[in-house]
Amino acid sequence: MIETKAISNEELLLQFEAKIEAEQKIEPLDWMPDEYRNHLIRQISQHAHSEVIGMQPEGNWITRAPSLRSKKILLAKIQDEGGHGLYLYSAAETLGVSRDQYIQWLHEGKAKYSSVFNSPALNWADMGAIGWLVDGAAITNQVSLQRTSYGPYSRAMVRICKEESFHQRQGYEIMWKMMEGTKDQQEMAQDALNRWWWPALMMFGPHDSDSPRTGNAMKWKIKRETNDYLREKFINKTIPQAELIGLKVPDANLILLEDGTYKHGDINWDDFWKNVNGNGPCNEQRLDHHIKAHKEGSWVRETAYVSGKNK
Amino acid sequence: MENQDTQGELWEVFIQSKAGQPFKHAGAVHAYDREMAIENARDTYTRRGEGTGLWVVKSKEIVAVSQNEEGYFFDPANDKVYRHPTFYEMPEGVKNM
Repeated sequence: MIETKAISNEELLLQFEAKIEAEQKIEPLDWMPDEYRNHLIRQISQHAHSEVIGMQPEGNWITRAPSLRSKKILLAKIQDEGGHGLYLYSAAETLGVSRDQYIQWLHEGKAKYSSVFNSPALNWADMGAIGWLVDGAAITNQVSLQRTSYGPYSRAMVRICKEESFHQRQGYEIMWKMMEGTKDQQEMAQDALNRWWWPALMMFGPHDSDSPRTGNAMKWKIKRETNDYLREKFINKTIPQAELIGLKVPDANLILLEDGTYKHGDINWDDFWKNVNGNGPCNEQRLDHHIKAHKEGSWVRETAYVSGKNK
Repeated sequence: MENQDTQGELWEVFIQSKAGQPFKHAGAVHAYDREMAIENARDTYTRRGEGTGLWVVKSKEIVAVSQNEEGYFFDPANDKVYRHPTFYEMPEGVKNM
């Protein structure tokens, strides 16, 4: 029999923090403080739910995609989002919570997903804006999270980032093609940018000064860069992309600084909190749809369960 | 009665990226049987030709050792430096060794 050494919690915490300091990954069986585990349970599951709920605004457009090419691409993109949700649930389950439980928490409203998906996708230009801006913002965040301290989360991020750049390109291509088209098409593209720009900026979360959980999340390297830093990074790379195809970001107070970076105007956080707290335009619809799909799929799970038992 | 509305058991997925390469852990999938596990692993982890080979194994069948145990668990290797080639002294000028 293996003899176990009694190690105090303080000593375990020191070892844990030393490992993080040395840029070593924390693995599922390693000791970790409850606060670290709970932060990850919340963050990774929210991330997973966002991928899956994010399939809905785009799923609405599969039947109405304007060509076979765009339909095939959209299907592949949405399948990827489902896959990304699965990578993330798989990482989240290593923390000792089952996927059934995570989904139950989502259905009970105890777990959140990115509020951006509570905005409606009104027309085909929105497919362009979502791919370009929403996926673009997500990539900015996910590239940073590849270096997160929790091993399974980090590895899921590496896998996701490899696949995401196609998503952003397909969105930007839609916008570009529209900007090369008729005046009506150009107006549609600009209108979609107008509606998605601010929600995309809000995806990075509250300002650092209003972000209560940033402290330990940064210290323990769950997050590697702050909300504001990532938001600015996204703005600085996206504005030149807009200008290149003749689009203008809807920010009257935008200032180009001498070093070539931008200072954005004030974000309307009332809209953000309304959305987070369940009063956005599509909150109820998105969640109801997920619950309905889950319920309607129960006969499949039950049949597969019985069939698996008999094999 | 046992609840049958579950998402199935957890299976760990290993991918071989090229023939001759070792299999590497990729993540996990849920499935109710072996056939579904390997198909789910294909659809989830190899959508872009990431693999030439796939393994799936029930998560509960995996035996693992945690980092915390490392100190004593890996002890037997720690005092046998003579297992490494750099341990040995060699005469000046020896070749092909």
